Amino acid sequence: MALNRKVAYIDLTTGKIETRPIPVSIRKKFIGGRGLDSYLVYNHAKPNCDPLGPDNVCVISAGLLVGTLASATARTHVAGKSPLTGFFGSCNMGGFFAPEMAWAGFHHLVLKGKAEKPVYLWVHDGEIEIRDAGNIWGKTVPEAQQAIREELGDEDIKVLTIGPAGENLVRFANVMTGVKNAGGRSGMGALLGSKNVKAVAARGTMDIKIAHPEEALDYNKKFIDQVTSAKVSQTQGRLGTPFIWGSTNSWGGIRTNNFQYNQLENADDVEAESIDKEVFGYAGCFACQVHCRGRYIIPTGPYKGVYDEGPEYTAQGAFAGEPGCTSKETVLVGNHLSNIYGMDLLEVGSLTSWAMELYEKGILTDEDTDGLDLSFGNDEAVIEMCHRIAYRKNIGDILAEGGLRAAKKIGKDSIKYLIHVKGMSNLHSDERATPALALGIATGSRGSDHLRSRPAIDLYHLPEPVLRKIYSQPVPYDGPLTSDYKDYEGKPWQVFWHETTYDAVDCLGICKYHTTFLGATLPNFEEWSKVIYYNTGLEMSPLDIWTVGERCYNIERLFNIREGLTRKDDWLVDRYFDEPTTRGVPAVQGRSIDREKFKKMIDEYYQHHGWDENGVPTPETLSRLGLDKEPSHML
Amino acid sequence: MAKVLMVDYEKCTGCRMCELVCSVKHEGVSNPARSRIKIVKWEWEGRYIPMACQQCQSAPCMAVCPVKAISRDEELNRVVVDYDMCIGCRMCVAACPFGAVKFDTLASKVIKCDFCDGDPQCVRFCDTKAIQYVDASKINIEKQRAAAEKFLGIMQEITATLAKV
Repeated sequence: MALNRKVAYIDLTTGKIETRPIPVSIRKKFIGGRGLDSYLVYNHAKPNCDPLGPDNVCVISAGLLVGTLASATARTHVAGKSPLTGFFGSCNMGGFFAPEMAWAGFHHLVLKGKAEKPVYLWVHDGEIEIRDAGNIWGKTVPEAQQAIREELGDEDIKVLTIGPAGENLVRFANVMTGVKNAGGRSGMGALLGSKNVKAVAARGTMDIKIAHPEEALDYNKKFIDQVTSAKVSQTQGRLGTPFIWGSTNSWGGIRTNNFQYNQLENADDVEAESIDKEVFGYAGCFACQVHCRGRYIIPTGPYKGVYDEGPEYTAQGAFAGEPGCTSKETVLVGNHLSNIYGMDLLEVGSLTSWAMELYEKGILTDEDTDGLDLSFGNDEAVIEMCHRIAYRKNIGDILAEGGLRAAKKIGKDSIKYLIHVKGMSNLHSDERATPALALGIATGSRGSDHLRSRPAIDLYHLPEPVLRKIYSQPVPYDGPLTSDYKDYEGKPWQVFWHETTYDAVDCLGICKYHTTFLGATLPNFEEWSKVIYYNTGLEMSPLDIWTVGERCYNIERLFNIREGLTRKDDWLVDRYFDEPTTRGVPAVQGRSIDREKFKKMIDEYYQHHGWDENGVPTPETLSRLGLDKEPSHML
Repeated sequence: MAKVLMVDYEKCTGCRMCELVCSVKHEGVSNPARSRIKIVKWEWEGRYIPMACQQCQSAPCMAVCPVKAISRDEELNRVVVDYDMCIGCRMCVAACPFGAVKFDTLASKVIKCDFCDGDPQCVRFCDTKAIQYVDASKINIEKQRAAAEKFLGIMQEITATLAKV
């Protein structure tokens, strides 16, 4: 039974390990995955702790439905206080680690304290061991996984690991599993590194009993048909996420030369169709029919012949648009290096591009870069920065601290050019023409991030009745909704709706590509209610699941407020307001975000959440969600 | 005509949905350790090979079984285990050249693919059709056609060249 998967508390300082069942009452409140992680972090991390110190915790989890029948039930979530932002840190990845951990009997591992020397955890069939990682420390992501499999003598072991970036406490280091499944954003890899934990290896052969197996099989078929019948899923399975690039660059939504333009010119080589020529097939995460991971071989240059997976849309932005490069090879190699070093390529690309703009402006000189020519469009410099950041060499060492700390070190007016929210670099997308998307990155609980709330379907010009159908369930909404992506009206509700939806799906452990993210007809609350029942026997209505999403988002908000977040942190950098776009389709050219209207959007967004004008959840909201006694230390 | 599982290795995305539905169908649980099919992977080469019972005509498992618990079911073209007779000696596990018969340690019995009695769930849920359930006589046809197309291309080239000359 999925419901009998346990939580384990691992004290790395003392070596003591304690396991506990997760009561159904807690499941009903937080479901699992990201939701229960946020509860555990709020309850176990010492308030205002140093994120890289022993008082922080790192929670590694599998969502409630991981390993069961619902398609793409593959997601691992990792949470703690972020070494990058100082606020809630959280990452979510696919692959095969989470199901293996669930088959080994666990849904949540709470890592506390700090190991004296490098260790890894060995989780197998109800047991957890802390093992010496002396021989594995220093290895890249693929090397570490292979070494652990060899040491334990089982090819089927799945490993979550950090790479050199995590060991070197690069503040945006990832946790990784498999070839390219990346738990990126907010530096959970650095958090593991600070605890001297190189990896977690899992292998399980314990049954997850399905409550209603025949019904679950039949319903799963319908669920999958709903996912795969959407055109967007089919395109994604044919070209991977790079398919998003072409249209976005055409209309003018790709930040270029850091933030100077909103469209990359001469970009044919980095288009999805061009990248696809190097892809010999697509790969799926556990039980996924979308299979959006390209399997590619680098065609040219010093890394010719090397195998990797992806690249994602994010890699095209990080290694092409932002640094003003137009070479597919740079995208493929940059993606590869980020994967083997285990670091967030969004940060690598964004910070490198920022450094390039500083170099162009003369704020950084050849002396600062140790002779590296950081001109826009210099492919070699972009690749070199991957090495320098992972191993913290000169300018790379400064950038490895994250944008805000780096700006302090570099000084002058370097901060003026940094594109971030809450100290986290923005994705390469340019949101100046799309207020809904801009609001999403400004308010995201883990900092500037598109996977917290992005209402991507807002770009589709869906007719108002269609929007109303989507956004009026499972809670009624009769406020404004507009089809025009340039509008400010009604968008706060959309952002609020997507935040709640994505939090809920992160609790379940299903991939966001199987929900109302890129496709308007994909499953959400109604369907989840059924898959939860057929798989676990737990009866939760669509509204119950929605409320869990709300509750979990509020606990992340409570954590952030405890760690010092105020309303001014839910804001964009000045360039979004002061520098109009210069490229793209006519409707997009010359656009910037309107400060007053944006302020109103935030007010409205807070109201939907039940937060006061400072963005603090009101006592009524906390009581409605049963959070008025947090931290409650129930688990 | 009796059917067989036809695997197209190029189409497998390695998602392991087949392993999941196999164990749910047979045991009511999610547990690849109890699945009759397995995706064998070379992760860092991006190669995935689904492995299941080939339902051999002259099956080594059947030949080696000391109590004749394994027999051929000609109607469904499969090799079946009679659990009333099986003594759990695991000789069949040792004899199978594909590793397709395995010992389920939780149920303490040998397990192998039984085509889900004619509605293989791995096929039902394989979205890319890497595994198909087809007439045994048709298994070669796709490959035959692909090979023929190559010849066709060569012949067209020759014709075109000759026309130019």
